[in-house]
Amino acid sequence: MSTASEVIAGQGRVRRAQQFLADNPVVVLVVVLVALLVITDLVNRHQSGEPFVTWKQLSTTLLVAAPLGLLAAGQNLVMLTGGVDLSIAYIATAAAYVTAWQGDAGTTSAILLGLGAGAVIGLVNGIGVAVFRVNPLIMTLGVGSVLFGLLSIYAAKAFKKTIPDLVSSLGTERFFGYIPVNLLLWAPVAAAIILGLRYMGYGRMLYAVGDNPSASRLAGVRIWQVLILGYVLCGLLAAMGGMLLLGFVGNPDLGLATPYLLPSVAAVVIGGTSILGGFGGYGGTILGALILTVLTSLLNVLNGPEWVKQVLYGSLIIVFTAIYARASASD
Amino acid sequence: MSAADVPFAAERVGVERWRRWLRLHAWTVAVWLVFLMMLPYWRSVSSGSFSFDFQNLVIGALPLCFAAMAQAVVVISGGIDLSVGSLIGLMNVVSARWMVDMSLGRALLFVLLCLVLSGLAGTLTGLIVVTTRIPDIVVTLGMLFVWYGVALWVLTIPGGGAPQQLYDFVQGTVGSTSIPWALVLVLVVWGSFWLSIRWLRPGLSIYAVGSNRNAAYLSGIHVARTRVGAYALCGVLCGLGGMALTTTSFLGDPNAGRIYTLNSVAAIVLGGVSLLGGVGGLIGPVGAAFILTLINTILLQRGTDPNYAAVYTGVIIIVVVMIGGLLERRGRT
Repeated sequence: MSTASEVIAGQGRVRRAQQFLADNPVVVLVVVLVALLVITDLVNRHQSGEPFVTWKQLSTTLLVAAPLGLLAAGQNLVMLTGGVDLSIAYIATAAAYVTAWQGDAGTTSAILLGLGAGAVIGLVNGIGVAVFRVNPLIMTLGVGSVLFGLLSIYAAKAFKKTIPDLVSSLGTERFFGYIPVNLLLWAPVAAAIILGLRYMGYGRMLYAVGDNPSASRLAGVRIWQVLILGYVLCGLLAAMGGMLLLGFVGNPDLGLATPYLLPSVAAVVIGGTSILGGFGGYGGTILGALILTVLTSLLNVLNGPEWVKQVLYGSLIIVFTAIYARASASD
Repeated sequence: MSAADVPFAAERVGVERWRRWLRLHAWTVAVWLVFLMMLPYWRSVSSGSFSFDFQNLVIGALPLCFAAMAQAVVVISGGIDLSVGSLIGLMNVVSARWMVDMSLGRALLFVLLCLVLSGLAGTLTGLIVVTTRIPDIVVTLGMLFVWYGVALWVLTIPGGGAPQQLYDFVQGTVGSTSIPWALVLVLVVWGSFWLSIRWLRPGLSIYAVGSNRNAAYLSGIHVARTRVGAYALCGVLCGLGGMALTTTSFLGDPNAGRIYTLNSVAAIVLGGVSLLGGVGGLIGPVGAAFILTLINTILLQRGTDPNYAAVYTGVIIIVVVMIGGLLERRGRT
């Protein structure tokens, strides 16, 4: 047993640590990311004698993380409003299918049609959530299952799949052998989201709607417009992620983006965005996506079976949210 | 008070009571009316005998009935459980992997063990929700992965099964009548859970906690214990769902439970349970589970491609939920 003063001192230290964590989630996430990289490196050296942390591997990590990063961006916007988009993986897959299907008709139109498909599905989600006030979880789960059904119908039909050159080079190539080309898409989008959330009126409204819908309605925010635009943007970002995946995998199939559904939620949650809305940002989400990608590499290096990955994902979501919940509760 | 007034007044009270009852239970009544109205159409589509078709319908609806009841208990208590589907999948593979070579007696004991295990799994989820104070939706999203992962560990590829006698029991009929045992099973589980939630103190406290946590606390209800209890009940019902899946699909498949997360939520929303908690019962969700299964059955019997059937069911769910949303909004303003 420790004495009372020790306990109080210990609590003070814990409190300070919590406060630090609450104020600087990004710092903590960077520490976690670096720690994971070091662990992966050590394990890899132990297993194959090769280092894991090389420029080549780091660039591969970025390349692989980009689609997740874009999906998580969409998820992030929706989650800031207090919603969630569980149809996001099917939106990405649908966009990839549309692009591959229209590939013959020209690169520009194929890509625009793919993005359009994403936006339209996002619009359906948005209308359900904002106008009909359906719980976002149910609306997007329902839209997701309808999309999956439609996709399995069309996937069964034979059609010519052409992947535009631009899409495949975006998905796989690197400048000078090290810088992934897909950063050309991801980096500007990330910058736009981070700055937009901070400085644009619409960005602030997303937070306001998520934090307190009644107050924002009374302040004159048209909540339904904010929500619909949020889901449309989410659909667009998901479509972009789907195209990167299409380029990366090289062939559209039904399970193209499905493995990214729950990681997209996990990346946002790990990145410190509240699932209840109104709190968080995209900077943390990027780190969340990178952490999950490195974690997957670590499990691959360890030759970890699929079930370990699933259990780890699940536990991580709970543990990270618990930490954030404690930290923000101590304010 | 004159003698002539009394019967009149009693009659008035009776009518008023009926109206009140109907107002309170309009949604549940409507759900079952919809189900009954679907029956003639179903008969006109199907070419099989009614008793055979009905038996198949009940067998097909069995896992969803349990999933819907599981979800309903948690949602009434003010939470939501996204891990229902993967816990059902886990219990499905656990039972299918180890029950396959057992004698009937041992298999039945194993079923009991599975129910205890899934009850404990639900309790664990509830304890995490209550102690960490993370929103239910996040915890259960995490548990969705965890149970799915454990299911993959138990059985990586579909396989296993159950003793033949167990199949014969669940898929058979009572004696020489055409009442399917599956229906008896649903009724018994439904009755015991429904009565205990509606009439026993711990069950009623689930409603109290779901409709207003603070008021429940102030009136002396142990809120945390009640919420954990709701998750534990949900776990037991998921276990039943998993057993139902094993005995109706003849095998264990780690992915088989997945659809029940969405479908259970759809069933409870259609069945009149408010996602805000404290409103609804188990009668509506079971009716909705039968309706959802019947829609699928009708589409398949009409020769619709199963993929299209999934699309139509999804669209129907979305439309109904949208209409429900509109009605709820009108009710509020």
